[in-house]
Amino acid sequence: EFRRFSLERSKPGKFEEFYGLLQHVHKIPNVDVLVGYTDIHGDLLPINNDDNYHKAVSTANPLLRIFIQRKEDADYSAFGTDTMTRKKNVLSNVLRPDNHKKKPHIVISMPQDFRPVSSIIDVDILPETHRRVRLYKYGTDKPLGFYIRDGSSVRVTPHGLEKVPGIFISRLVPGGLAQSTGLLAVNDEVLEVNGIEVSGKSLDQVTDMMIANSRNLIITVRPANQRNNVVRNSRTSGSSGQSTESSLPSSTPNILGTLQGEEESDEEDIIIEDSGEPQQIPKAAPASESIESLSQIELLHESTQNGFLPSSEMNLNHSAGSVSMECEVPEQGRKSLEEDGTIITL
Amino acid sequence: MRRFLRPGHDPVRERLKRDLFQFNKTVEHGFPHQPSALGYSPFLRLMAIGTRSGAIKLYGAPGVEFMGLHEENNTVMQIHFIPDQCQLVTLLDDNSLHLWSLKQQGGASELREEHRFTLKGPPGSPPSATQVTAVLPHSSREVLYLGTESGSVFVVELPLLRVLEDRTISPEAVLQRIPEDNCNRRSCELVEALQEHPKNPDQILIGYSRGLIVLWDLQDNKAAQHFLGSQQLENLYWQRDGSKFISCHYDGSYTQWPVSSDTRQSEPLENTVPYGPFPCKAISKIYWQTTKNGLPYIIFQGGMPRASYGDRHSISVIHGSQQTAFDFTSRVIDFFIIFSSDPAAEFDDPSALVALAEEELVVIDLKSAGWPAVQPPYLASLHCSAITCSHHVSNIPLKLWERIISAGSKQNIHYSSMPWPIDGGTNIAPDPPQRDLLLTGHEDGTVRFWDASGVCLHLLYKLSTVRVFLTDADPNDNMNTLGEDEWPPLRKVGTFDPYSDDPRLGIQKIYLCKYSGYLAVAGTAGQVLVMELNDEDAEHVVDHAEADLLQDQEGYRWKGHEKLKTRDGPVRFEAGFQPFVLVQCQPPAVVTSLALHSEWRLVAFGTSHGFGLFDHQQKRLVFVKCTLHPSDQLALEGPLSRVKSLKKSLRQSFRRIRRSRVSSRKRRGAGGNASEVQEANAKFDQDALQEMELAPVQRKIEARSAEDSFTGFVRTLYFADTFLRDSSRHCPSLWAGTNGGTVYAFCLRVPPAERRMDEPVRAEQAKEIQLMHRAPVVGILVLDGRSTPLPEPLEVAHDLSKSPDMQGSHQLLVVSEEQFKVFTLPKVSSKLKLKLTALEGCRVRKVTVANFGSCKTDDYSENDLAVLTNLGDIQIISLPFLKLQIRYPCIRKEDVSGIASCVFTKYGQGFYLISPSEFERFSLSTKWLVEPRCIVDMPEVTSNNHVHNKSGSENAARKS
Repeated sequence: EFRRFSLERSKPGKFEEFYGLLQHVHKIPNVDVLVGYTDIHGDLLPINNDDNYHKAVSTANPLLRIFIQRKEDADYSAFGTDTMTRKKNVLSNVLRPDNHKKKPHIVISMPQDFRPVSSIIDVDILPETHRRVRLYKYGTDKPLGFYIRDGSSVRVTPHGLEKVPGIFISRLVPGGLAQSTGLLAVNDEVLEVNGIEVSGKSLDQVTDMMIANSRNLIITVRPANQRNNVVRNSRTSGSSGQSTESSLPSSTPNILGTLQGEEESDEEDIIIEDSGEPQQIPKAAPASESIESLSQIELLHESTQNGFLPSSEMNLNHSAGSVSMECEVPEQGRKSLEEDGTIITL
Repeated sequence: MRRFLRPGHDPVRERLKRDLFQFNKTVEHGFPHQPSALGYSPFLRLMAIGTRSGAIKLYGAPGVEFMGLHEENNTVMQIHFIPDQCQLVTLLDDNSLHLWSLKQQGGASELREEHRFTLKGPPGSPPSATQVTAVLPHSSREVLYLGTESGSVFVVELPLLRVLEDRTISPEAVLQRIPEDNCNRRSCELVEALQEHPKNPDQILIGYSRGLIVLWDLQDNKAAQHFLGSQQLENLYWQRDGSKFISCHYDGSYTQWPVSSDTRQSEPLENTVPYGPFPCKAISKIYWQTTKNGLPYIIFQGGMPRASYGDRHSISVIHGSQQTAFDFTSRVIDFFIIFSSDPAAEFDDPSALVALAEEELVVIDLKSAGWPAVQPPYLASLHCSAITCSHHVSNIPLKLWERIISAGSKQNIHYSSMPWPIDGGTNIAPDPPQRDLLLTGHEDGTVRFWDASGVCLHLLYKLSTVRVFLTDADPNDNMNTLGEDEWPPLRKVGTFDPYSDDPRLGIQKIYLCKYSGYLAVAGTAGQVLVMELNDEDAEHVVDHAEADLLQDQEGYRWKGHEKLKTRDGPVRFEAGFQPFVLVQCQPPAVVTSLALHSEWRLVAFGTSHGFGLFDHQQKRLVFVKCTLHPSDQLALEGPLSRVKSLKKSLRQSFRRIRRSRVSSRKRRGAGGNASEVQEANAKFDQDALQEMELAPVQRKIEARSAEDSFTGFVRTLYFADTFLRDSSRHCPSLWAGTNGGTVYAFCLRVPPAERRMDEPVRAEQAKEIQLMHRAPVVGILVLDGRSTPLPEPLEVAHDLSKSPDMQGSHQLLVVSEEQFKVFTLPKVSSKLKLKLTALEGCRVRKVTVANFGSCKTDDYSENDLAVLTNLGDIQIISLPFLKLQIRYPCIRKEDVSGIASCVFTKYGQGFYLISPSEFERFSLSTKWLVEPRCIVDMPEVTSNNHVHNKSGSENAARKS
């Protein structure tokens, strides 16, 4: 159900008033709803207070797309980074209803108020002295904002302690993404970049790898400060001052999983045809032979997903109670399966 | 399913890979960097050059080359061939002696180090006692005489290099025989020269630096005669008959001395200062050559008047009234004279002077009137003006080849017609499989055409673009126009001229169409010249067009260099490539990419501001496209000052890495017991301290954005006839890739041949692709329906390639520094990609399609991508599936200029600069390999007639 109406950009008013207005135009005065909007990056973000309401209005260009869901049916996972670009999968699920399985949802909290900028991932498979941090560069204007340097670290080897060259974080730019996460600090040793070990690589090589992955950077560090490590039951002690790992524990399937995660949200190139509008370049249709292996990979992906939601779970339009104010035209040309290219590069 | 297998799982493919790919560094072309020593064997007719990095290179007949490297990497000070042997001795600056041999193995000769030796004195003696200053291989082939700084002459047995202590000639023994009043202990310091008597092998001449010369009798072990020079001695030379010798001195004089058995002490016959009377520089080496007509040739190095010509590097030749001082472009390392080596001949009859200067080899024909220079078939000074770019063209049609050679021969008329005098050894390598051209662009605005088909990189033709422009220096200003009675009679020789009149003339990009003979050359100041091959001299006006690449942009000011001024009116061009149109980019920034389509008569060019297309048939600019990002200030300011500082910081970081890696490796070697650990720890602290002292090198990690500098810099241009708009009609197209990861595609409409002059060429932008990783686009390629790269223009017309498949769907390959991506055409959707940087941390520096043939069967070949990364690795990546096939380390990653200079050929070979003057040639192919393969036979000593017979029969015996 769609509604179109106008707001005065300069005087948007309070969120409460806006909420009332929405209930009014949709004639649902006593229904609790969740309000969301798509921002300039195509992400579905919530509107639930004055601040994000004002932000939403200020980004309208000139249309502001607002989505309303009934609170009890709401799909909280729909909010957040990349949600609208993932929505093509949602749409395809809608188009193929037989595929569509309704999963029960446990509501723990309100939808994410903010786009994630970073996360700690793979906590269960890494030793507690290591930390794998994911920085989400897309969708923010903040610089990544850190520097790396050469250095040396001490490892335990069969011959005793040995000093080996290593790569360290040397500086965090104030106000940058890296600093704002609080997950990285000066003198943290960089062990891996997007699943690839950095040992044996030069500073410039590691720099190039990080920049090549900069839109979705996953770095594994050994924090200089080991006091804030997660203490897990499986380990007897969580905070040994100095790491005694002689080799990196990451196993091959783990790397695969990480890469898979990265590829899934990999950027897409843009094409402008005949001076028209810029569009994302679609993936070419996969060859028929590749489909079965695709589904295998997807299973693998699900089993090792690193704290973010696989796209198939997302569902925006499944509820009859969900109302949308501005028609979202599904792009028909999109293919439902996206991962074909990624497997080939593995 | 094969695509999903990990590499290495398919045994059939693995076998095929072994038949296709193989990495070899095959030969070094050009002039050795920093030569330090020269040797010659009149017996083998081979020349040897030693370098400061410890390399020795042997050269004979064209194609006969050997190379050896001393492990020590020390400077080679002296090279001496053992008389009548395939052996030579080198002296390094660490005072070590090395014996090298040419041995035959598997039908070809190889140069190998046999023994090494360092002269050791008695315990406690000063190092000078054994510091070797002069080496004399004795004609008996059994011993070497080594003169030292202390004045002793040691005798070393060959080939084991063992000192024969009882035969040492000590200064004390020498002085016993010399009257005390003209002599003291000091007069025997430092042996400057050792020379064997040409007729009597039992006598050697020992020259001491203070002027004393002793003729020593080896049989009687006593001085047969002595000669007291008043000047510091530099060198000695025997006259052929042994009746006289000549000494040259520090004050620029030379002296003749008579030798007779009657007198114990001789007075000089003649003492001359050839460039006196004012103080002169030393004469460091001298030859006295007899001739049939009685007038000797006196040839010496140095001796110029100190004050007025002390800075010249000269070798003078005096023959009767003729006298010329050859004036070299760089310091003379050494020289030798080629003369009659037949011991029975009565006279020397010199034929050629061979001089090794620091930057080039010069050979002078002494037999022809006027003593013209001989053009060497190898050892070309590639760097006579610094190389700024190179371009390789494989498989040149014979017609074009002959026309280039003919144009070049008209330039070389001042060279002597004498056959190359250093002609030892036999080239047994198979004839090169095809005619290949290597074109080098130089800083002085010239393009040199090299025959790169075989082992000898040989200059065919030199093209200069300078004539089109007005420069400060007048090209007619000739340094050689000295008057008749000019003294000293200097004559410039050599081609080394590193000084550029105007850096804007520098050549940056070259594109030659081998079928049509069209050549496009682009330079530092935004000049693009299109040329045509003309077999005759011609005078014509060069058409002139401007391409304003900033058309739609406003408020920009170019702070860089101005464009070059052109000559008005007709210009005379010599036969060869003659420019007919000049396209001047505005602003006049360096041309960064160039493409020529000879069939459509179009030339495309790009700078850091944008790119343009020019119709050289109608001489009309078709379009320009500005690629500049509005915020990119740096691109506008001109000379890339920032780039330089970046380079510097890169170098610093490389140095640091090397240091830290080396020290860590050393530590790893140690380890074990406690003291070693302690030692290691101490070193550890030291290193830590060192590291702290260094300024910390750090790297910023930042995603690239559209606002970065130089995103508009056009890196690559490509013409293709493909499906750009719809899948039913294909059309000519122009593709451009920028530093910011943007690819532009323009649809072109080229009128048919019969209306080519009447209708304009039209262009329309059809596509623009932005790679989200924004890495610089370094290569664009269209694959046809069979996934084969589209042929070059005119290749199909000349029946040298199958027509491309226009039925199946085409694919677009975009290579950025970080990724390889295949897209479908005409609708652009991404099909495949290979991420290089994200996985390996290396970046693409050069990429070319190369054809690899199987060494097992003639009928199999495939196209792959040859890729050079910034780490100096070469990777071969399959087409169209983008699978890494194989990887070879090739260039040190610290060698930034080597990596930048690399050029691949179409058949899996390549070249890169290992020094400013040398190309290393390498091959990735099992099939196309150009490497020296030669044989040096021992000529019969006594009679020259037997030489060929004997080696022939030996060969035959070996073969059977």
